[in-house]
Amino acid sequence: MTPETQARIEGLVKQNKIMVFMKGNKLMPQCGFSNNVVQILNVLGVPFETVDVLADEEIRQGIKEYSNWPTIPQVYINGEFVGGSDILIELYQKGELQQMVEVALAS
Amino acid sequence: MISPNQVEAMIQAQLPDAQVQVLTNDGEHYEVIVVSSAFEGKGLVQQHQLVYKAIQQEMLSGAIHAMAVKTYTPDAWQSAASAV
Repeated sequence: MTPETQARIEGLVKQNKIMVFMKGNKLMPQCGFSNNVVQILNVLGVPFETVDVLADEEIRQGIKEYSNWPTIPQVYINGEFVGGSDILIELYQKGELQQMVEVALAS
Repeated sequence: MISPNQVEAMIQAQLPDAQVQVLTNDGEHYEVIVVSSAFEGKGLVQQHQLVYKAIQQEMLSGAIHAMAVKTYTPDAWQSAASAV
């Protein structure tokens, strides 16, 4: 990953309290796993930003190195990597995601 | 194509005590349930990273397109099993 890509990723996860790297966008997710994440955040009714990795090959590869995580989607809350689709579903089912999101948005 | 047995073997090579269940419909999308004492005291991200590490090459090469992962410690698996 180039220093420029790293700086762009850092900027995105720090400037947005809830940041999602996904395939497609909120309205047209291009993968079932990305869709899961969008649907969960929509149900919570919280504001979140997305980046379409299919439109940006440097971010698509760079984000995997950045988090040491091999798959898309990736969700960051308050600058911290929280997980992909499976973990988001699990945190949501346990009620933990709601708490994390509330804390982040209140900060 | 990678068989469910191969995926199970790769995960057990990484986590020798793991109990692994692998489901797939097409040989590219996998669903795995992994129970291992190696997950104790770790967050979900670190637990899943241990599983991904076992199949890193296959994911990078695209042989495995996607894998849904569920991880449990032996204790958590006991409580999950008794809750059903």
